[in-house]
Amino acid sequence: MKLLIIIVTILGLSFAVLSQEKVTVNTGSLDTIRGAASLDETRKADPFKRVIKDKNPIARNYVHQPPVIPHQTRGYRIDLNSNKCLTCHGWKYAAETGATKVSLTHFETRDGKVLSDVSPRRYFCSQCHVTQADVRPLVENTFKPVESLTNN
Amino acid sequence: MSQQSKFKQIWQYLKSPSSAALWVILALGFAGGVIFWGGFNTALEITNTEEFCISCHEMEDNVYEEYKETIHYANRSGVRATCPDCHVPKKWTHKIVRKIAASKEVWGMLTGMIDTREKFTEHRRALAEREWKRMKDNDSLECRNCHNFEYMDFSEQGNRSVKMHSDALASGEKTCIDCHKGIAHQLPDMKGVENW
Repeated sequence: MKLLIIIVTILGLSFAVLSQEKVTVNTGSLDTIRGAASLDETRKADPFKRVIKDKNPIARNYVHQPPVIPHQTRGYRIDLNSNKCLTCHGWKYAAETGATKVSLTHFETRDGKVLSDVSPRRYFCSQCHVTQADVRPLVENTFKPVESLTNN
Repeated sequence: MSQQSKFKQIWQYLKSPSSAALWVILALGFAGGVIFWGGFNTALEITNTEEFCISCHEMEDNVYEEYKETIHYANRSGVRATCPDCHVPKKWTHKIVRKIAASKEVWGMLTGMIDTREKFTEHRRALAEREWKRMKDNDSLECRNCHNFEYMDFSEQGNRSVKMHSDALASGEKTCIDCHKGIAHQLPDMKGVENW
């Protein structure tokens, strides 16, 4: 009799454990505009978008917008040793290469002092200037640039 | 003396024991030459492979790692330019000259000139300048082995490329390496380098 009680208890407990394991975990699965994403698995990355290869300058949308880059910049290094962007957009070379000259505001330090070359705080071009790809926007946008900027 | 008997005389001479020995020596010399030459060229070609280049950690940990991020290592069509394609001339005499000059690099490897990353970056400007000069002097020959200006289709190039290539490159005023520095490896401090 004692043995039977022990066996029944063990069986009951193991059933309880097994049935508890079936409880589903909330993986936070959400349908976002980029597609479904859950916590327990890594969402497959979207394929790379094709960057515009080479175009004329793109008009700005608002005053003080950093102009976007209308060409590829793959492999263009910007570091302590070299800055590939400035080999065309620097004032020394802009006339020869036909590139847009880097704005003189980039020569100013944050205290408003004007230096003789690009200021360290404005040195890393790709912090503000970015390449473009022809893609469908995720969110509909009806923004229109001001009249005065439409022909850059 | 008639032509016939002259040949006969020569043939008689060639049949004599002393000249037979000469034949053996010549044959051995020829076979030895083939083996030596074949072996030499095979060994030379082995030193002209990517595997050989990165068998030293100086190359594998520095320049090879950087090269792996660039288009000459991996690209859409899988056509590659490996180390010797850019750094060793294809023509035999030029190749031998380059190989002899490279014995200095073996010395550098033995003495541990650039055996740490710090030492390498310290020497990088001098090393890069030597290679830029070599390419400037031979009119970027190794680039042009694949990138033949005669067959460049400007209609397929971007506006910026067309402008530069049809102007400075076409006139011979500039050569590939003048603008395309640091395309396969990172650059040293470019202060004072022309166009940088």
